[in-house]
Amino acid sequence: MKNLEIQAIYVMWLRQMKRFVRSKSRLVVSIIQPLFFLLILGSGFNQFQLADIGNIDYRSFLAPGIITMAIVFSSMFTGISVLWDKQFGFLQEVLVAPVSRLSIIIGRTLGGASVALVQGFIILLISIFLGIPFPGPLGILLTLLFMIFTAFTAVGFGLIFASKMNDFQSFPIIMNLVMMPLILLSSAFFTVIDTPMLLTIARVNPVFYMVDGLRGSLFGPAYLDSLYVNPPLINLLVVVSLSLITISVGSYSFSKSEA
Amino acid sequence: MDIIKTEHLTKNFKDLTAVNNISFTVQKGEIFGFLGPNGAGKTTTIKMLTTLLHPTNGTAEIAGHDIINKRDDVRKSIGVVFQEPALDTELTGVENLDFHARMYGISKKRRGERINEVFELVDLTDKKDVLVKNYSGGMKRRLEIARGLMHFPKVLFLDEPTLGLDAQTRQAIWKYIKKMNSEEKTTIFLTTHYMDEADNLCNRVGIIDHGKILVMDSIRNLKQSIGNDVITLSSTDNQKLLTELKKKDWVKKTETYDDYLTLGVQQGDEKIPIIIERAQKLDIKIKSISVRQPTLDDVFISYTGRTMRDEETKNATVPPRFKRGR
Repeated sequence: MKNLEIQAIYVMWLRQMKRFVRSKSRLVVSIIQPLFFLLILGSGFNQFQLADIGNIDYRSFLAPGIITMAIVFSSMFTGISVLWDKQFGFLQEVLVAPVSRLSIIIGRTLGGASVALVQGFIILLISIFLGIPFPGPLGILLTLLFMIFTAFTAVGFGLIFASKMNDFQSFPIIMNLVMMPLILLSSAFFTVIDTPMLLTIARVNPVFYMVDGLRGSLFGPAYLDSLYVNPPLINLLVVVSLSLITISVGSYSFSKSEA
Repeated sequence: MDIIKTEHLTKNFKDLTAVNNISFTVQKGEIFGFLGPNGAGKTTTIKMLTTLLHPTNGTAEIAGHDIINKRDDVRKSIGVVFQEPALDTELTGVENLDFHARMYGISKKRRGERINEVFELVDLTDKKDVLVKNYSGGMKRRLEIARGLMHFPKVLFLDEPTLGLDAQTRQAIWKYIKKMNSEEKTTIFLTTHYMDEADNLCNRVGIIDHGKILVMDSIRNLKQSIGNDVITLSSTDNQKLLTELKKKDWVKKTETYDDYLTLGVQQGDEKIPIIIERAQKLDIKIKSISVRQPTLDDVFISYTGRTMRDEETKNATVPPRFKRGR
């Protein structure tokens, strides 16, 4: 009995991984697009010495923001994969199977998060190659935790979105509309430390805690208050809570809308 | 043994009653057909029986499990082939079946064997490692049928199994359906709006219209209830002729539709001269007359007063594919 549920979770995950690996264009685009930001935007702004970010070059400052952005966007597309299955009938095959709705959602969440994490890691490796400081063992551990919980939060958010919408064509458009300001105001592109208003706005923006936390983990405590705002553990607490909330609301609203 | 048993099954959607208080049973090992025009409530019934929709009223049992309280047991006992394809086109045939096998908890050892077995049953073995998006419509259907059989279901539900397929492919699908009924002893519940499909496949049919079962019996009995032969005629005054012919005790059933009059009779070829003679006496000219064996379509007309085709043009959801054979 238990074994059946585990098989179901595994096969839902496996299916998403297979589809991801097979879709070469998706893989390539999801890596190249963040690279545009890092290489073009990052190198372009590198020529200005931005006082606020100390002796770190702009490209390194930008890297955590771009990694977060890549993970968030990719995770939220889990939502569209659900709508896609609904549109093309595959969802029915899943729904008549003798497994619980919870296992189906867990499998899908793990699948979506795994795909996003693979993309995130590739960009992390490229960033390290491009010269961001290599964090110590504790920094690496925190970095991983932030990436994982960022992915889960965004998958949950995508599921909530998808359960409220039936039209898979407008999903990416609406999602971009909502995500762009959140990303822009998250301190991914510019620091918010010295501008009280930006800082206030950032504090109600979930993406801020992901970017600030990832930056803190990568650069270490020496840069607290100059590059990032909160100690990583506080950010981590916020992101873990966020992921628990969005995943549970997301799975709840999804099991409601599916049945 | 009754493998499907419904009691007062009802489904309302807002102000529409899609399925209205239907009760019926299906025997183990049968091929049972639900026959009716589009929008009659066939798919809604299947969705309730396969636990995808909650009935508004009434319930049903499948292989002894209640569809409301024992959903997981029902799901384990059934296979379903939906009207719209439900395959992952980005995966290969084998991967689709492997997905299904794991979802139904088939052990690793059995999985591989069973996948080969069902591929062979539907003659798709040479395509099993091809991505499903490269399959033709008929191949997709066959793969879905194979998938429905993977976990040895007690009942296989087929919702319009040959909708949109060409004549040759339909024949092939019929062959597979018969084969799995005889080789795997699977009970089959299918819906169709093709008369010839029901005629060809089913032991028993239920005719459903506007959410109600009008009649349910073996095809043979249904046809006999009309008479051994059907005479279709058209004349200058159908009404007058009908009144006259109704007096004859050899006329078992009469129907009028469009410009035609149909009569259910015994030994139809001997009755034609008699009818012509009567018509001449009444000064009615016969424009055309023919005799043939009754079809399920005649049964449908006699219970609904319409042809299936009328119903389809009225609903206009799909182009009328069904042509009456005269």
